[in-house]
Amino acid sequence: MTTAPIKVLVAKPGLDGHDRGAKVVAAALRDAGMEVVYGGLHQTPEAVVEMALQEDVDVVGLSILSGAHMTLFLEVRRLLDGAGLASVLLTGGGIIPAADAEQLGGSGVGKLFGPGTTLGELAAYIEAEVGRRRAAGERT
Amino acid sequence: MSLAERSDPRFAEAHRELAPRLGVARRIGVTGPPGAGKSSLVEELLLRWRAAGKRLGVVAVDPSSPFSGGALLADRVRMSRLALDSGVFIRSMATRGMFGGLARATDDLADVLDAYGCDLVLLETVGVGQSEIDVARSTDLTVVVLHPGGGDTLQAMKAGLMEAADLYLVNKADLPGAERVAAELADMLDMRAEGATRPPVLLASATRGDGLDQAVATLDRLLAESEASGRLLARRSANAERRVRRLVDAHLTREAWGTAAGLDDALKRSLASDPAISPHALAEQLVRLYGAGRKESS
Repeated sequence: MTTAPIKVLVAKPGLDGHDRGAKVVAAALRDAGMEVVYGGLHQTPEAVVEMALQEDVDVVGLSILSGAHMTLFLEVRRLLDGAGLASVLLTGGGIIPAADAEQLGGSGVGKLFGPGTTLGELAAYIEAEVGRRRAAGERT
Repeated sequence: MSLAERSDPRFAEAHRELAPRLGVARRIGVTGPPGAGKSSLVEELLLRWRAAGKRLGVVAVDPSSPFSGGALLADRVRMSRLALDSGVFIRSMATRGMFGGLARATDDLADVLDAYGCDLVLLETVGVGQSEIDVARSTDLTVVVLHPGGGDTLQAMKAGLMEAADLYLVNKADLPGAERVAAELADMLDMRAEGATRPPVLLASATRGDGLDQAVATLDRLLAESEASGRLLARRSANAERRVRRLVDAHLTREAWGTAAGLDDALKRSLASDPAISPHALAEQLVRLYGAGRKESS
């Protein structure tokens, strides 16, 4: 029996069509040894959660540049919890004001990353968070 | 599924409960070179089978990096029209060190989808070259997807992948050259078949939607014929035999190289003390050592 690689779903919910950031992040997490499911553009929160369920991912990472982050992150979190995926880390990035990120953090959303984040920081955060959840037996 | 992917021993136990429900789903392999349009074609096929009321499962495999161990699994992004269809379950997996086009646990994941009640389970391989034909040994029927620009007739005459198909789909039929690829392939197959039936060659375009109704009808027909003629059962029993052999191989390999057997130690010691030792002689010694250890412990 082996420790499974960390599995991450990277997707872009909502209407903005700028997927370069999501692709750069997906490639960086792959290079950090993770298995990254690329979910693509224009996903609804329902579709994101259905993918997370079918793929049994440890992490859902959303890229949101449209300004709709408050609605989308909370909706995905609510649907994840409703689907029995409360142990899945929800994180992401985009143009998200610090006050908004803090408020989301209080509602079960993980750390959110803005411009200037290094790819190493992102991978290290995910490894630490998933490692903690696995050690606590929340995830296997 | 996740237990199977991790080689968790609990999966073998759970599999015993699945066993009585297995064998109902027909398993179709979809393989071909990278960028041929396998995932896009799979989506089109799924949409048609869904319209016919079938329950569907997909296991889509993409390669793991031999350097980082990571993987980018990007097949389901082409299947987004099915994302919210409760009659379709799509699971992506990485090859994790396997080189035959599938992953170690692909058969197990297909079993779960079969037991879950899928009528059809599609196994989509990584983009393959010439010799990765594991998929033919995990399925009832294999589709090889080709595209214009993949080489001339000589490429098609080579051994391996080009012998593994039950149906050839030449995708991107909207691009120039597709008809020539299909015609040359058909010629080559006629030459080899010498009058016997040979796998059909169809043109399709996933982007335009051409040729896909015919592809679905042909696949349904091939499956029905294979079942009626007894070929389906024969293929399943050959596949089952290979699968058990693979599991035994994996078990023996794990056991032989585990610390208890001492082979790993002996190998390193022998090479350190005599770097010029014949690899064949040393291998024989190690096998004898393993045999002696087995006798002692029994």
